[in-house]
Amino acid sequence: MSRGSFTSVARGLAWRNVHNWFTNPALIVPSILFPMFFFTAFAGGLSRVDSIPGFTYDANYTTWIYGFVLLQASTFGGVFTGFSVARDFESGFSRRLMLGAKNRGGIIAGYWISALVRSVTTITVVTIVALIAGLELNGGGIDLVGLYVLALLVNAFAMLFGTGVAMRLRTMQAGPLIQTPAFLLLFLAPVWVPYDLLTGWVQAAASVNPITLVIDTERGFLVGDPTKVLPAFLVVLLLISVSLLWARGGLRSAERAA
Amino acid sequence: MSQVLLLAQRSVVRTLRQPAMVFPSVFFPLLLLSINSSGLDSATLLPGFPTDSYFQFAIAIPFIQGALFSAMSAGTNVANDIETGFLNRLSLTPLRRLSLMLGQLTGIVALGLIQAATFLLVGIAFGDGLAAGPGGVPVLILLSLTISLAFGCIGAWVALRTGNGEAVQGVFPLFFAALFLSSMSLPRDLIETDWFRTVATWNPVSYMLEGIRSLFITGWDAEALALGFACAAGVAAIAITAASMALRTRMVRT
Repeated sequence: MSRGSFTSVARGLAWRNVHNWFTNPALIVPSILFPMFFFTAFAGGLSRVDSIPGFTYDANYTTWIYGFVLLQASTFGGVFTGFSVARDFESGFSRRLMLGAKNRGGIIAGYWISALVRSVTTITVVTIVALIAGLELNGGGIDLVGLYVLALLVNAFAMLFGTGVAMRLRTMQAGPLIQTPAFLLLFLAPVWVPYDLLTGWVQAAASVNPITLVIDTERGFLVGDPTKVLPAFLVVLLLISVSLLWARGGLRSAERAA
Repeated sequence: MSQVLLLAQRSVVRTLRQPAMVFPSVFFPLLLLSINSSGLDSATLLPGFPTDSYFQFAIAIPFIQGALFSAMSAGTNVANDIETGFLNRLSLTPLRRLSLMLGQLTGIVALGLIQAATFLLVGIAFGDGLAAGPGGVPVLILLSLTISLAFGCIGAWVALRTGNGEAVQGVFPLFFAALFLSSMSLPRDLIETDWFRTVATWNPVSYMLEGIRSLFITGWDAEALALGFACAAGVAAIAITAASMALRTRMVRT
């Protein structure tokens, strides 16, 4: 394996990012705390919501909210990796990296691996807390595999989108442009109540939001009765394909600027 | 006094001329309000829910979220003054610490005023207005400014203790936790989870929310308003004292 090859670049970059994330409290703490806040606030503060007439779900409200927080943790694992990309450009690291990397596709792969590690860590912490708080995992082994694979695919989509933005703008000022669309995609879905109980413009937005399909399938996996599994996976794979092209375009833009 | 006014003027101009400070602190709370009020409108069907419009219930949240943003702005401004040496130069003047602190925080109060006026107008335009009537407007503004001042002082205290803008940003999740672990989403008596209801009951943010909420939903609720003002003023007093002490320590160091 030569220096600058796809594998060595991906591995080196992933190691650097993962190491930075685990050793810098300013990076790891918000990544883990934010999903925890959402989980605690929604599962604890809104637990009575499952008594609303028309709210039907085969598990408790903690499980309902876990389906959302799982997606949130995976999405923001990707989003925060976009921030790392922007920071690497600001510090000049990416410029030096590009000089040394013969195959620059390895750069995106390296960031993807670090996004994956971040998300798996956050999801693990959130899951442990959720289990303590009463999470009901009624799905079988295959459901759980589907649950987490789908979440990690969403992570890949978010990371590719964030990386594409960060590589085009190459500044930390890109933060809101990475974070806001991800935030809106997540929250314009049936977060607290089923789709039928949403009202107003949020219901209209949820009807065309692909995350609605994904979140419904995730909640189905949790109770062992997944619906629309194939469409959900196809939608996420389509999002990944589009965002891969977006990230590749970002890389080309960064190369031209380097 | 003229020096305090100069400081206050500088603080106001510096805060308001930064769109990155003003815009998110108004826009994001309104965006969240819009999403929450549509997403959770069915919660009004719960027996005992105090109003039939979740928007009317949730309109109190932007006032607190705006104040949290103010805390970050105040902290960042003070940290910037420390990092650039401006505070060191001020320490050579005969200004009293409390005056210096209040002068520094005037910008945050001005930002709080813009936020409160915007949120109030949104509440009137898209909700059922103030149940307390026109007389509730000055009370609401006063409560809102007290809350902004309280959180602003906490931000300033963190900045003075650490002298670092990054540390101020790092405290943001804690502020958010204080909001999330309150009666933000449901009235306390409708919170089913025991530990959460206990935390929300001990959390002063719940009473700040309920004070503002009472003006929109109930009208004149003396108990809710008294608790709201007491909590906001109490937090402000503690935070100003702590910030003032931190300022003394920092000035001794210089």
